Amino acid sequence: MSVLRHAARVAWKDLRIELRSKEIVYTMAFFGALIVVVYSFAFPVKPDLVRAAVPGMLWVAIAFAGTVGLGRAFDRERENDTMRALLLAPIPRLAVFLGKAAAISLLVLLVALVCAPLLALLLDVDLFAMPAELLLLLVLGAIGFANVGSVFAATLLKVRSRDVLLPVILYPILIPLFVAGTSATEAMIAVKPDLDKLWYWIGFLGIYDAVFLVLSMWVFEALVIE
Amino acid sequence: MGALDKVEIKKLTKRYGTERALGGVNLELAAGKMTALLGHNGAGKTTLLGIVSTLVRATDGTVTYVSSGAPVEGEHVRRQIGMLAHSSLCYAELSAVENLALTAGLYEVDGSPEAITAMLDRVGLEPKARDRAARTYSRGMLQRLALARALLTKPSLVLLDEPFTGLDRGGALALGEQLGILRDAGAIVVVVTHDLEAIAGRTDHVAILRRGQLVFEERGSYSYEQLKDVYHRFAN
Repeated sequence: MSVLRHAARVAWKDLRIELRSKEIVYTMAFFGALIVVVYSFAFPVKPDLVRAAVPGMLWVAIAFAGTVGLGRAFDRERENDTMRALLLAPIPRLAVFLGKAAAISLLVLLVALVCAPLLALLLDVDLFAMPAELLLLLVLGAIGFANVGSVFAATLLKVRSRDVLLPVILYPILIPLFVAGTSATEAMIAVKPDLDKLWYWIGFLGIYDAVFLVLSMWVFEALVIE
Repeated sequence: MGALDKVEIKKLTKRYGTERALGGVNLELAAGKMTALLGHNGAGKTTLLGIVSTLVRATDGTVTYVSSGAPVEGEHVRRQIGMLAHSSLCYAELSAVENLALTAGLYEVDGSPEAITAMLDRVGLEPKARDRAARTYSRGMLQRLALARALLTKPSLVLLDEPFTGLDRGGALALGEQLGILRDAGAIVVVVTHDLEAIAGRTDHVAILRRGQLVFEERGSYSYEQLKDVYHRFAN
């Protein structure tokens, strides 16, 4: 229980700083929206084409905007060496990982909630036919992205070329998450929604999150200590 | 688990790839004593401090933390560590009060407004700045906040890495005075610095590292001239 209490403290600290500066959320949301707008110009608005392309557009926008936010969230811990302060605190180091990942999950979810309606509006596709399922999918996607992303972003904190390395290392590991996300979204917005396929991929995403949460918790301390 | 009595460092070695940062260092840090850890850049001082602070893993050798005659480790050790470095370890977007409240929460020590005010009074951070974001602070104010952060948790092992950098003479003297108070209260104080003047007359133990090796160690008080002399003889 002490792990969760301290994780909540770390997450609240991150969110409080973000509420004050709004730097990450504005950057992520603007970047995500920009990607969606570029897609809307790049693709002709033909129903069949759009229906096939929108799932990929949504998850690519989440991935790119999420990476921008992830990097900045950990850069903040570098500025005054505050990551050192967190790791020095007499709390389970796991709590630092869980707190950071929870705060980043929320930010990624927020960006997804900006990109999805914008895509629906600009490309005229009914992304919200199954709002509860879409929300569940985005929540699971945000959690998975933040889990894996936090481990790598924390590991690369002291590496000079971390901005380049982070996506290079992160995206291959996130491929199953993107496959699940796009496949589930595709099943959701099909002319005749394929519920079996949708729940299969939502289940897959749940398992992916659980597996990588356990793995991340296991390796975090070993990776952040020099 | 209470305050630390001593820290025993035995045959401590650290390698980064093929580069050896520390090579078999033996040192004992005792309660109520201030140790000055001296040496040129790259001598291994910060690495040694990193290992003692539990943030760097040793390649070989051991660091044993002793409390009430028994070895302790993990969170029990970290609870006793207060760190003051060149960077403030404080969040720029949070105020002094918020930074200290966060630290109090993480260390589960008294974080009441009264306790925080008393600590900020002790380090001399001016009252009108306390609710402002730390990013608006001058270097001296940030260092006072960093000191308040380190002292709030009542540490018995205080590790300082170049704490005088960027401070004016008055700030450096005030910091030296606070370290003396801590040492007199029974804390183990370890200072890594190049500013021999700031620590002159305050240290009880001088250790000099050169290329990862402990080349000089002696207990006793050292004047500025004596410190300068041993530094030039052994660090070069």
